[in-house]
Amino acid sequence: MVDFAQPENAFKPGLPGAAEPACRVVPKYSDQGEREGDWLEISMGPQHPSTHGVFRMDLVLEGETVIRLKPVFGYLHRNHEKIAEQTTYLSSMPYTDRLDYFCSMTNNWAYALAVEKLAGLQVPERAEYIRIITAELTRLQNHACLMGFLMQDLGAMGTPLMYAFREREKILDLFEALSGARMMCNYMRFGGCRIDLPPGWLEQTRRLVADFPRFLDEFEALLTGNEIVMARLQGVGALSRELAINAGISGPMLRASGVNYDIRKVDQYGIYNRFEFRVPLGAHGDCYDRFMLRLLEMRESLRILEPALKDIPSGPIIDARAKLRNFKPRPGEAYGRIEAPKGELGFYLVSDGSANPYRYRVRPPSLINLTILEDLCLGQKVADVVIILGSVDIVLGEVDR
Amino acid sequence: MDQALISELKRQGVITIGLETLYNWGRSNSIWPLGFGLACCAIEMIAASMARFDLARFGAEVFRPSPRQADLMIVAGTVTKKMAPQVVRLYNQMPEPKYVIAMGACAISGGPFKQGYNVLKGVDRFLPVDVHIPGCPPRPEALIHALMTLQRIISGQKLTGPDRPRHLRTDAPAEYPVPTHGAHDLEPARNSSLWRPLKITREA
Repeated sequence: MVDFAQPENAFKPGLPGAAEPACRVVPKYSDQGEREGDWLEISMGPQHPSTHGVFRMDLVLEGETVIRLKPVFGYLHRNHEKIAEQTTYLSSMPYTDRLDYFCSMTNNWAYALAVEKLAGLQVPERAEYIRIITAELTRLQNHACLMGFLMQDLGAMGTPLMYAFREREKILDLFEALSGARMMCNYMRFGGCRIDLPPGWLEQTRRLVADFPRFLDEFEALLTGNEIVMARLQGVGALSRELAINAGISGPMLRASGVNYDIRKVDQYGIYNRFEFRVPLGAHGDCYDRFMLRLLEMRESLRILEPALKDIPSGPIIDARAKLRNFKPRPGEAYGRIEAPKGELGFYLVSDGSANPYRYRVRPPSLINLTILEDLCLGQKVADVVIILGSVDIVLGEVDR
Repeated sequence: MDQALISELKRQGVITIGLETLYNWGRSNSIWPLGFGLACCAIEMIAASMARFDLARFGAEVFRPSPRQADLMIVAGTVTKKMAPQVVRLYNQMPEPKYVIAMGACAISGGPFKQGYNVLKGVDRFLPVDVHIPGCPPRPEALIHALMTLQRIISGQKLTGPDRPRHLRTDAPAEYPVPTHGAHDLEPARNSSLWRPLKITREA
């Protein structure tokens, strides 16, 4: 048995210091050494209904309590970065769709932003509006699906996920009308967007945005006050403000811990400075806060979408200087980042003046948000691990790349 | 039985049906897939089981988390070399009769990631694939079409004779060797008893 009263075994839920080693709770744990008590080592994944893809966790349990968790990545490593370094800048665009396959539009945007910085391209006004509209629609469908999957992890098989996918299909219809593909949109280009909006698209989107609060109200009525949801989510997987900042957590996870950091506000990339929206913040940093924060963020997204759909000007959708063929940016480096639905998505590019990037690096929010999984899960029950993992919101395409 | 007797029985409320037809009818309309998502295509697989596309109309909505309870493995997404042994092991754990749908370009051939060093260039190197669905990712309608194709295959199967399905033959393997990680590649890199590379034939 591990004696938690011993100072070297001290267990401090919610207040893990970032400087301490990750395995601090079980300093005596080793594969060779003599084991104390009944420890159960289990491998969770890669085929598991609640690991959101192919992700494995090596858990050590004492009874039902997690005393060690080691994430194992790489089951979906698809060589995205190396492939991108061997192809031209433009032909990496469809690969970015497949990073976080829920949010292809925001992935496109982050990559386009990095290349635009590298090549010094200006984005026309109409294209900026289209980018904001598609990005916020992406955020709506990502958060809706995430909550559906989280509820499925809780055991609510079907209903919340069905409702979320009902809304998602409506948004995917819009994406399909716009780009020709449901999921892999490949829509943004360096210096603008690929094609103009089809006729009637804005009207259809306005209708969707007007209808969306009904879905949110329904979802909230079903879930936020639900006794089971509250019992399973509140106080589970608390992330402290200090650890969140030190570990480089971004996105809804960071804001659920009470840190006011939204790249839409900080960087004001695109034309986000023209829109009024609030940044919701959590107070406890637990799973319930992360869940609620996403609900609130969806409402704020609607507040961005309404004026954007009203004010969208006419005009060109791509910079006239942008070259699609024989595109060779000048030597240099650039980092473009946006507030993707899962957190800070950044692309770091180094150009040597040739048609291919010399170095292409993705800063995936899912992977970096996942690095603190052990800190969140230590001391929790094994049944809560899937909930904590679900509330982190990962997509393995982005974690493993 | 002659047709006159069959129609006479039908008039009296008795349906006569061959055992083979009944067996195949039952099997083809209750295919339980393994809830097994690998990558992007898995989201379209989930979308196919949701309200709009409603895979339940074809009796295949019961996604089972355990391979022991599943009939159909939908390989939905990129199979990496790290994941390939697990995919084969999952297939081996499924009870007969079992079927495989390779969903999407990655599962068929590696797809857009084919040049990657870690990507298996088609799951048919290790598993007997019954239906391939092209697309990146295939639409949910395409998955439904694949399922209907599989149902047609199942209902056309003969229970006796030389072309009876694999699970009724004694010479066909019930499970396939699980590859291991060698120094550079999977060991073996393919199941050569299974994999038939496409032959290019040129007309003289």
